[in-house]
Amino acid sequence: MTLLTVENAHTYYGKIHALKGISLTVEEGEIVTLIGGNGAGKTTTLNTITGIVPTAEGRILLNGDDITHTPAHEIVSKGVVQSPEGRKIFTRLTVRENLEIGAYQRNDSAGIARDMAYVFERFPRLKEREKQLGGTLSGGEQQMLAMGRALMASPRILLLDEPSMGLAPLLVAAIFDVITYLNRENGTTILLVEQNAAMALIVANRGYVLQSGRITHADDADALRNDPTVIEAYLGGH
Amino acid sequence: MSKGSRAVRFRGGGLGLFIQSPLHIVGTAFLLFLVYVAVSNIAAGDYTLRQFLQNLIFGLAQGSIYSLIALGYTLVYGILFMINFAHGEVFTAGAYSGFFTMYTFAQSGFLQENTLIAILLTFLSGTIASVMVAVALERVAYRPLRNAPRLVPLITAIGASITLQQLYLRLFGASARRFPDINLYILPDVFTDLECRVVDGVEQCLGMDIIGGIYPVEIFGIALRLRPISFIVFFGALFIMWALWMFIQKTKTGRAMRAVAEDKSTSALMGINVDRVIVTTFILGGALAGAGAVLFVIIPGNGQVNPLMGFFPGIKAFTAAVIGGIGNVPGAMFGGLFLGVAESVGPSLLGISNQLRDVISFGLLVLVLIFRPTGFFGEVLSEKKV
Ligand SMILES: Nc1ncnc2c1ncn2[C@@H]1O[C@H](COP(=O)(O)OP(=O)(O)OP(=O)(O)O)[C@@H](O)[C@H]1O
Ligand SMILES: [Mg+2]
Repeated sequence: MTLLTVENAHTYYGKIHALKGISLTVEEGEIVTLIGGNGAGKTTTLNTITGIVPTAEGRILLNGDDITHTPAHEIVSKGVVQSPEGRKIFTRLTVRENLEIGAYQRNDSAGIARDMAYVFERFPRLKEREKQLGGTLSGGEQQMLAMGRALMASPRILLLDEPSMGLAPLLVAAIFDVITYLNRENGTTILLVEQNAAMALIVANRGYVLQSGRITHADDADALRNDPTVIEAYLGGH
Repeated sequence: MSKGSRAVRFRGGGLGLFIQSPLHIVGTAFLLFLVYVAVSNIAAGDYTLRQFLQNLIFGLAQGSIYSLIALGYTLVYGILFMINFAHGEVFTAGAYSGFFTMYTFAQSGFLQENTLIAILLTFLSGTIASVMVAVALERVAYRPLRNAPRLVPLITAIGASITLQQLYLRLFGASARRFPDINLYILPDVFTDLECRVVDGVEQCLGMDIIGGIYPVEIFGIALRLRPISFIVFFGALFIMWALWMFIQKTKTGRAMRAVAEDKSTSALMGINVDRVIVTTFILGGALAGAGAVLFVIIPGNGQVNPLMGFFPGIKAFTAAVIGGIGNVPGAMFGGLFLGVAESVGPSLLGISNQLRDVISFGLLVLVLIFRPTGFFGEVLSEKKV
């Protein structure tokens, strides 16, 4: 079943035409990755889906419902949750408060407590630093917190914007572990934006390649991994 | 100014501590002059401990009201990075509403019959009026300008302030109205020798009048004349501030306020309705100003209500917020008390006329801006951010 559909989306920043007619779909239970160079429009695509920037033209459907002009905070309550680029954790809130903010739209305190326990079990570091301010965490810990915060929203579809950015290789592996785990065990659908295309294409079912606001390739992850032009441009071709 | 240079300034001791620029020299000279005048006044025996205690208590009461108003400036600044210059008029709305309520009660005799209930209802009406004006300001004047350059809402705020003053002038007239005198007697069995009068040849004592009364008290052998209302205002304001602090720190909405203050678009991604949180902030600021306004007019001697009355408390509370570090909640609480005490203790300590108390407030503002532009608590905040 198609969970998320983007149909011919156009987005502008003033006069800059950042998305020039993007179309993509994400099926329930899939991991789909969106790869592309700097400034290709990956973040803009996610922000368009979650309503942070307005869609100028085209439609966004969730389960067939039009959410193109739904306010950002309502889109979250429909289960579309974005973990923004650059972590964006709240530095003046404690680790626990950051997680609680993640669950802002929810009212099922039992479910929230269960998810909190799950996050702490998954990231014991966060448990140790529960009462510390977010701003005092290391980069890797902040990324864990950003992931944990997104999980606290109990998303149906999780939009991850470069979750491995700036992390040491060991931590990158840990983050990708969590992504596959969430998808397999919790059945969370994932749309993953990554500059680390090699890793992304390993965990993903399908992928889209974005270039200057347009989709240039759309295929199974395996096929993209073996596509010469993709290898050349994004996999450090040889 | 960079962080580095500030750190150096704190490490270097002595007079070098202050002297960073010509402005600092002027400021230091002024400070030394004030200290000299104060010390010579004390040495000459012109200033007594009795005066100090008397002024301190009055200043704490007045200052706690400044704190309440200052919190409104600081909460709005913390979340929108703008100074709500119309906040003084939010205060005025509470004072008028409180006045009309209390006046009606006084005329009908309800005040004399059910004094405590009348006072509580006056607080309620003052608070509601201030909240309504604050929310209307946000909706009409500030929200449409949310994404405009920062100077634009600032100018709008000044315009809104003048508009409201004129509106009050038209609605209520230019003349000042006197807040009714209130007497609330408590504990006649404990204070058996207070407020006694002879009725039909029998002496009756009513107990302590905690609103209108003023009584001689001896503390450590110093004879003072104190008003119970000073203590009630001070502790009442402290309680309100404590409640605000708990709200910001412990509730879900308070958490959302702090998140929105830090990062609006990420807050929206978390499912927070940013507009609603901003309205909540104005509601809180308005409620504090309304409660502050009623406390202000209830103090005997303050009790004049007029269309421009918000100007001075407003500008002083703004000064208090800047002294404490604008955007910082404990800073606003501290700044208000500091200012209230300074302008109450200052005149007699410096041997100048009580009329010059406003000069002391703004002189302090200038000194703080020279030596510590971020306010007393501003630094702590920016260190936390790093
Ligand atoms: N707030 C903004 N204002 C103006 N232009 C913007 C804004 N955000 C993005 N852009 C422009 O839109 C285009 C797409 O940017 P976007 O951030 O979506 O790229 P990206 O693929 O996420 O890049 P990166 O890999 O660097 O994160 C770029 O040309 C960028 O300069
Ligand atoms: Mg990006």
